[in-house]
Amino acid sequence: MKRVVVVGASTGGLATAEALRRAGHEGPITLVGAEPAMPYDRPPLSKQVLTGQRGPNELALRSSAEIDALDLDLRLGVPAAGLDIGRREVLLEDGIRLDYDELVVATGVRARRLPGTGGIAGVHTLRTVSDALALKERLRPGRRLVVVGAGFVGAEVAAAANGLGVHVTLLESAPVPLAAAVGDATGRFLAAMHRDHGVGIRADVRVTEIVQDGGQVSGVRLEDGSVLPADDVLVAIGSVANTEWLADSGLAVQEGLVCDEYSAAGPGVYGVGDVARWHNPLFDVTMRIEHRTNAAEQGLAVARNLLCPETRRPFAPVPYFWSDQYDVKVQAYGYLRDHDEALVLDNTTSASGRLLVIYRKADRLVGVLAVGASPKVLRAWRALIAGSTAWTAVLNRTIAA
Amino acid sequence: MRVSVDADKCVAAGQCVLLAPEVFDQREEDGVVVLLDESPSPELHDPVRESALVCPAAVIHLAES
Ligand SMILES: Cc1cc2nc3c(=O)[nH]c(=O)nc-3n(C[C@H](O)[C@H](O)[C@H](O)COP(=O)(O)OP(=O)(O)OC[C@H]3O[C@@H](n4cnc5c(N)ncnc54)[C@H](O)[C@@H]3O)c2cc1C
Ligand code: SF4
Repeated sequence: MKRVVVVGASTGGLATAEALRRAGHEGPITLVGAEPAMPYDRPPLSKQVLTGQRGPNELALRSSAEIDALDLDLRLGVPAAGLDIGRREVLLEDGIRLDYDELVVATGVRARRLPGTGGIAGVHTLRTVSDALALKERLRPGRRLVVVGAGFVGAEVAAAANGLGVHVTLLESAPVPLAAAVGDATGRFLAAMHRDHGVGIRADVRVTEIVQDGGQVSGVRLEDGSVLPADDVLVAIGSVANTEWLADSGLAVQEGLVCDEYSAAGPGVYGVGDVARWHNPLFDVTMRIEHRTNAAEQGLAVARNLLCPETRRPFAPVPYFWSDQYDVKVQAYGYLRDHDEALVLDNTTSASGRLLVIYRKADRLVGVLAVGASPKVLRAWRALIAGSTAWTAVLNRTIAA
Repeated sequence: MRVSVDADKCVAAGQCVLLAPEVFDQREEDGVVVLLDESPSPELHDPVRESALVCPAAVIHLAES
């Protein structure tokens, strides 16, 4: 019976363990996690946890009874520190060595920090439940929050803080905020929505320094020398893959663990979730996706391939993500990053209006992003993306409709 | 198998409908899950289990008999 070790005890790691048991695997499964908390969900951290709609005890991915039923060797609070793929051995930070037949790497990512801001009170990043609670504690009416980086996490925090009566300014180094992955039209739509709610938006600005006063942040200095006063600063400038523990393993690491189309990274090693850079044959692109559903789906796919290598299948999903800002839900299917064209099919600019944008790469449809679209409409677009539909065929359909 | 959903926490991702359209649907206006069949027939059990596994809000609960 195969001994499986899963490193990373969050969405991806837990989904893998659960899928292994569901598929009938009776051998030992060890689940190793750096965080001491039982596996919990991250998307609420920038949404309901900040607004107080969900408490820190309402984030568990599974109940403790469900976890017990998986019969895992659960090792929480101990990070993996090294890997020997020849001996098939994971080294934990506390010196323990774990033998495995199959290893699943699901160590995710962490928030990127601004260098030199470590000890300053009031400078936040957001990845863990303790990050979220520390931030929530500071969001009081009338206080000033500067969010550095207008990606989805930054934008969600801006929306949640705004709703709590905090004065929020969102800073972005690109010319259009929120546009990095989803294009200018979507970026402008979302930026207008934030402005309508009273969030200050500054695009095309670069932060040169976090200004402090006796160890407490007091503002953010911009390239032109001006200082934006702040009681708190959230640094939301992307993420760094947790791969340091793999550095001497001989596995290929390139902003993530490099995997093939089966999510395999080496002999007996698989990657799952935010940390995995795998080849998605549906788009013929090697991608690393930081979406909640992808981590679970890849866990399921890896569990299958690991148990039945003879019938292994490529992992070829249409990625999906959602984002909640104010009363609006943004939803997207596909691979939007690096698109060649974003075509707006429907756009009402009023606050909480509607938006439908489709994305082209080379000659095919690769993505759709929508605000306020019905599930049926979205699923129809998803099917076209899954079918690698040619862009010209899409345009003909759209004109006909 | 008995299926239940905690619609209050559903994030309207629609993964369940993609996997088991016989058992799950989504409300037209906000995408929140609608349970069509509380005790699906055996050939639907696998896709329903898969839905419960990948549901990003972990709101699909199964009682297996
Ligand atoms: C604030 C926030 C909001 C989000 N909102 C959305 C959203 O609205 N929609 C969406 O689709 N996605 C969202 N996401 C992304 C989603 O949460 C991630 O895609 C998902 O958590 C990925 O799961 P994972 O298991 O791959 O990685 P992670 O959740 O990062 O888990 C990795 C785990 O491995 C542990 N670990 C790291 N190194 C080691 C080590 N050496 N040894 C042992 N354990 C280790 C970590 O501590 C962590 O617990 C959001 C993320 C954040 C942070
Ligand atoms: S998969 Fe889960 S979150 Fe998504 S619609 Fe179904 S029940 Fe809701």
